[in-house]
Amino acid sequence: MTERKVLLIDDELDFLEALSERMRNRGLNVTTATSAKEAIQIAQRETYDVLVLDLNMPEMGGLEALKILKGNNPDIHVIILTGYATVENGIRAVLSGAEEILEKPSSMDVLIRKIEKLVTKKMIQV
Amino acid sequence: MNPQWDIIGSEGFKFMGKINASISHEIKNVLAIINENAGLLEDFTSMAEKGVPLDSERLKKLADKIQSQIQRADRIVKNMNTFAHSVDETKGNVELDELLSFMTVLSQRLAAMKELTFSVVSPPDPIIITTHPFLLENMIWFCLDFAMEMTGPGKNLHLTADADDQWVSITISGIEGLRDNFSSEIFPGKRENALMQALGGRAVFDQSGGKIILSLPRKTEAQKDLKPAGE
Repeated sequence: MTERKVLLIDDELDFLEALSERMRNRGLNVTTATSAKEAIQIAQRETYDVLVLDLNMPEMGGLEALKILKGNNPDIHVIILTGYATVENGIRAVLSGAEEILEKPSSMDVLIRKIEKLVTKKMIQV
Repeated sequence: MNPQWDIIGSEGFKFMGKINASISHEIKNVLAIINENAGLLEDFTSMAEKGVPLDSERLKKLADKIQSQIQRADRIVKNMNTFAHSVDETKGNVELDELLSFMTVLSQRLAAMKELTFSVVSPPDPIIITTHPFLLENMIWFCLDFAMEMTGPGKNLHLTADADDQWVSITISGIEGLRDNFSSEIFPGKRENALMQALGGRAVFDQSGGKIILSLPRKTEAQKDLKPAGE
């Protein structure tokens, strides 16, 4: 299986550290960012298969970041992982280019399945 | 109900909803951290079953992280409980310094989103007033909400309380970098004036000084009727 490259963005450092380690334990190549601005800088240097993004973050919110990141790389797949998964936020996220929305706390199996599904979809499209 | 109480009622529900949404979001974040750290413990156990030695230091750090998140959740839930009980009575003794600190804690996550901080400057002696606790919380929230909306990132908002024999004042200062389209009609608006009327005081926004001043009667006798008309 090709190593999936994931950019994980969340302002809660403890969450980011634990989740990224668990994802690495499952064979994913994970880069982390604690802010949307940091993620935008990282994504300019490197390409990723999937973004896993929180919505509520200081400085720049997830939706604003999503528009910029999608604008720079329209092929990137986006999963929103938020504690604030309202219908309104879900619609906004999808309209901004997100393909999946997951609510915190989430199941690792579900997250991995969604990443695989999106990357496989990308491979079929290519 | 009269129009003033219609405004107070509907705005009070919005305030309750906004604070509860913020609290629930914080709790979700805590649960997510506990969930991932518990998941890591599970990963380590699975690895140990496959012969990878357990790192006791690592396990201790994970347990510490989980415990610190549980303590964080406990603080959040205690604040939520205190907030929920503030609607219990229409009149009560309120220690202003405590109330200001409590309101900044409730608003902390929303302030962090806007990259703002709060500081409460305690008066030399405790200032206690008899008032409608929830309405006063609501009014302070309106002030903080307005101040956060108007103030640029990186700033600190100061909250202070002062008193003389009959009146107390609450000042929120450090409101800088006002939006270009700011109009002095925005604050205090209808809802703030309705609340201050019910509390028997008045609110003033000093735009050039970058501060909001709430003046409230200290003694119960100076209060207007705090109950809706008809009761």
